[in-house]
Amino acid sequence: MESADLVLSGLTKRYGDFVAVDELDLVVPPGSFFALLGPSGCGKTTTLRMIAGLEVPTAGSITLAGEDIARLKPYRRPVNTVFQSYALFPHLTIRDNIAFGPRRKGMSKREAAAEVDRMLDLVELGEYSGRKPAQLSGGQQQRVALARALINSPQVLLLDEPLGALDLKLRRQMQLELKRIQVDVGLTFIHVTHDQEEAMTMADTVAVMNQGRIEQMGAPEELYDLPRTTFVANFLGRSNLVSGKVTRSSGGEVAVEVDGATVVAPAERAVSSEGDVWVGVRPEKVQLRAPDEAGAAANHLRGGVVSDVSFVGVSTEYLVRMPWGQELTVFEQNHTSSRRLRTGDEVDLSWAPEHTFLLDAAQDATAGTQIEDE
Amino acid sequence: MRAAGDWVGRHLILMIGMLVLLYMLTPVFVVVLMSFNQPAGRNTYTFDGFTLDNWTNLCEPYQLCSSVRLSLEIGLLATLLATLLGTLMAFAMVRHRFRGRAAANVFIFLPMATPEIVMGSSLLALFVNAGLAGKLGFWTIFVAHVMFCLSFVVVTVKARLAGMDPRLEQAAADLYANEWQTFWRVSFPLVFPGILAAALLSFSLSFDDFIITNLNAGQQVTFPMFVWGANTKGIPMQINVIGTLMFAIALIVVVVGEFGSRRRDRTRV
Repeated sequence: MESADLVLSGLTKRYGDFVAVDELDLVVPPGSFFALLGPSGCGKTTTLRMIAGLEVPTAGSITLAGEDIARLKPYRRPVNTVFQSYALFPHLTIRDNIAFGPRRKGMSKREAAAEVDRMLDLVELGEYSGRKPAQLSGGQQQRVALARALINSPQVLLLDEPLGALDLKLRRQMQLELKRIQVDVGLTFIHVTHDQEEAMTMADTVAVMNQGRIEQMGAPEELYDLPRTTFVANFLGRSNLVSGKVTRSSGGEVAVEVDGATVVAPAERAVSSEGDVWVGVRPEKVQLRAPDEAGAAANHLRGGVVSDVSFVGVSTEYLVRMPWGQELTVFEQNHTSSRRLRTGDEVDLSWAPEHTFLLDAAQDATAGTQIEDE
Repeated sequence: MRAAGDWVGRHLILMIGMLVLLYMLTPVFVVVLMSFNQPAGRNTYTFDGFTLDNWTNLCEPYQLCSSVRLSLEIGLLATLLATLLGTLMAFAMVRHRFRGRAAANVFIFLPMATPEIVMGSSLLALFVNAGLAGKLGFWTIFVAHVMFCLSFVVVTVKARLAGMDPRLEQAAADLYANEWQTFWRVSFPLVFPGILAAALLSFSLSFDDFIITNLNAGQQVTFPMFVWGANTKGIPMQINVIGTLMFAIALIVVVVGEFGSRRRDRTRV
């Protein structure tokens, strides 16, 4: 099988004045599980539909194995799609649904039947081959849609929110199964989702999209550990963003003044190293300490008061009101039975410099927080 | 007493249903019965005696069989053209965005909303002004019938098509089916029940039409015109045979269609 990069360059889609996808540049290496993650309306589905050939780009190119496919008809592209609502043909049996692609490509009935049997085994639906889609459960229909696309051995498989219609438990199970199948068949998967947990569990590379652009791209751990924009910091997990002013930048360190205290971050973790910045830290990286307790980490903010406690089993989530009025979030693992803080307790916040990141103060600190699931 | 009340309670809906059905089907029974009638006089509506003569001498009344043949020919041809054009129009209006689409949606309803007598007489005026005054006949009836059947076809097929997820066609294209294959393998089979219903509706509208036809038929006589004319001098019993036959054919079409779709559902493995 031929394999090569999928390259999007300057890809743009406009509907009148509305820019759905804005000069997108992207390289997806072959064999990777790639996730396009973003809130609804961010342009991720439009991008996917342009790769599939179901939307014509306003500008830019889509290159697959060196060939520009941006203006080819969908049936001339070595690309297949698993649609959000599966779009199984209701008048055909499961077997005929899966055989649809190979038959259109001119494969004989007998050859196609053998291929279909192989796919039915892969998705474990052999006994249902004679049924109509309406007689299957949501999870089974999802697997048929996957088999119907995979049987064509496309160079790129596109998945448009493929698990969106399933309930939570089945969704987790299908995430693992999809990942297993991707490793088995070794094809390039491009997975569009608004579920950050789903993107992080499954993909090798995640591109976070917002307003038609890619905000940041990288391995899930990388993105989580070092977000480069406030949108990514808030959309991918949760973050505390505190306003500060850079006082010194030397020796691979940036020092920032926050409400009279000084916190430090490694220079390579700072997007911006002068003037006003957002000081960011993930809630689980912060430790709560009694006021003036010994052994505090280098970054230390005093004078907090616990304003809310919620126990969620493996951890406890605290809201701490700081002297300047902002409420910060702290997650504490419940592995010690020693102490449980209560509302009104006075605490200090403490965390290590290597968990600190500095972001551009010009960005909205609440970007990406108020986004609801579809 | 109580048991009887329960029994009535349990069967009340069934009984009402049977009564409604009886109400709907009584005229059909009368037609079937009268097709075996041996009338005593020329102008009778009573059942005077049983005979098979009406069935064996079907074409005896002057012009009866020729009028049926004309109505069948026009009905079939008009249905064919109206179904073809109407289906294409429905696809265009549901699947494509074009200038004037909203206006077309409104105009398509006009022929259905216009009283037949108005449409019939305006068509006659149109034909006469076009210099066809002496040539009224088969083709003017045909044109008129296609015109009023078209709206019904468009509306029926559109309803079916609107309920069909456009992603099915996109999925077909994604799975290497070109436009032609997508239409025949996916769109057409899924819309077919709508097209069939539209064709049946067209045919019965055309076969049945009297008002518009009567104004534009010239010297031609269709079956409804024959019945109307015969009514003034005494209806021949053979008309009931034609009625019975039409009813039987409709019944067979519906039953075969139903049976066929069930069989398809079971055997496509």
